[in-house]
Amino acid sequence: MSTTTAPPPPAATTAPTTRAVPFTRLVGVELRKLYDTRAGMWLLISIVGITAAVMIIGALTMKSADKTLDNFMGLAGVPQGILLPILGIMAVTSEWSQRTGLTTFTLEPRRLRVMGAKIAAAVLLAIVALVIVVALGGLLWALAGTGDWTLGAVQMGELLVGQVLGILFGLAFGMALLNTPAAIVAYFALPMAWSIALSIAGDRLEFFQRWFDTGTTTNPLFNHHMDGEAWARLGVSHLVWVGIPLAIGLWRVLHREVKSA
Amino acid sequence: MINVNGLTKRYGEHTAVDDVTFTVPPGTVAGFLGPNGAGKSTTMRMIVGLTPPTDGSATVLGMPYAQIGNPGLSVGVLLDASAQHQGRTGREVLALGARLMGLPSSRVDEMLTLVGLNGTEGARRVGGYSLGMRQRLGIAHALLGDPQVLILDEPANGLDPAGIRWMRDLLRGFAARGGTVLLSSHLLNEVEAVADRLVVIGRGRIVAQGTKDELLARGGAMVRTSDDARFAQAAQAAGWSVTRLASGGVSVEAETDDVGQLAFDQGLVVRELRSADSAGLEDLFLTLTADTAREQVPGAEEVPA
Repeated sequence: MSTTTAPPPPAATTAPTTRAVPFTRLVGVELRKLYDTRAGMWLLISIVGITAAVMIIGALTMKSADKTLDNFMGLAGVPQGILLPILGIMAVTSEWSQRTGLTTFTLEPRRLRVMGAKIAAAVLLAIVALVIVVALGGLLWALAGTGDWTLGAVQMGELLVGQVLGILFGLAFGMALLNTPAAIVAYFALPMAWSIALSIAGDRLEFFQRWFDTGTTTNPLFNHHMDGEAWARLGVSHLVWVGIPLAIGLWRVLHREVKSA
Repeated sequence: MINVNGLTKRYGEHTAVDDVTFTVPPGTVAGFLGPNGAGKSTTMRMIVGLTPPTDGSATVLGMPYAQIGNPGLSVGVLLDASAQHQGRTGREVLALGARLMGLPSSRVDEMLTLVGLNGTEGARRVGGYSLGMRQRLGIAHALLGDPQVLILDEPANGLDPAGIRWMRDLLRGFAARGGTVLLSSHLLNEVEAVADRLVVIGRGRIVAQGTKDELLARGGAMVRTSDDARFAQAAQAAGWSVTRLASGGVSVEAETDDVGQLAFDQGLVVRELRSADSAGLEDLFLTLTADTAREQVPGAEEVPA
């Protein structure tokens, strides 16, 4: 454990550069941090594994007429919708719970750039997840499917929007709470409580359900029934459920003291 | 070069760091000394911009830390060796840093070798590391970008005696080549051997600072001569602060060399002469921080580390 090798000499007179770390490099590092830990790696393996399992089981139990590519891919929505946001949550909260923020924010003191890189990395991961879903769906369809390859660019785009919004949902809650268990519980409990409250209230609050319940507003994305009003409702509901926590979270991350204990 | 100017941090009513000012010139190792909770870590976090100061400012290499682009290439920082993701391997921790700073991955192996972590150890997860290994990894991370400044919070914590010796040599070598080092410790003997300058802090305030020799000279000397009264008179005339000791002898705030010379000039026989700092920095440290150490203040409020 001991060595006598001297470090290379520090350049005593060089003034520090003001040129920041390129954003693409920050994104690359944040992307890598999503899978280079034991927890991150297993979460990714779980996402792929559970998605594949749900799609295969679903495909086997479907009626023959339903075995379209679109239906196969629709099966992936539930497991991905639950698990991808957790990845988003952990991308942020681990900086605090694992105290890596001490290193992260000394290597890049401009915290907004770090958060931007995390968001970009999460979006890239959502794209990769979608590619995997399409590949799995395509494979199942080729083996046991029926109908035509019906998936168009519009539908792909809608699925991608759904995936990206899901992971951003998690990121926003992670940023607002900066605590892994609290953010995971809040992410599941709050929208659920809201949905339950709305359904109990019944017709009187139907307006709120249509405009502010993300469970309701994201439905047309996966059923491919998006129209102008559906997009508006999707935007409004996510402005509330993603935009507000994201704003609170960014403010907290930028102003909060980063310390080890 | 590190410049700290009037840094102050208040948490509500409690002042954790109170008007701290000091400079660490290039080519020196400055020891930042103080009991636990004295404000060392808070000051260091303010220097690197992790904690917003209530008042005052700090610059590293002439600019506020947050304005340095790709700061890992200029300033090596180790604030808490245990603040690493437990599920990441030691090697991966360095690889992430190297990638962010834009360094070749060969740099990772160089640093692992430098701090004495072998290939198997580098491939293990940090969660399984001993504190000493974490410190070595942390020092490797701080040195990754070949910086000119090192800011290390309690880096010797958890190192074995051989490790402490190794780090001392490493930091001395770093400063000898023109680097600037600020390291904190609550253990004096760690700092005594490596630092040129000392900044002693207690309860958020600087209680003493200067070169190590200056601070040690404050301890003064104890002398017994054939005529203590006459010696005391002469010492006072020389402008030294003098105390007659009840047990016989005189305590003088002067170097032993000068005390001996004075006795000789007065034609006095020196019966005993010793430096009051025989116990080293420890006495100085305890004296300077006695009224601020928490041991002396029962029921004192919790001070954030």
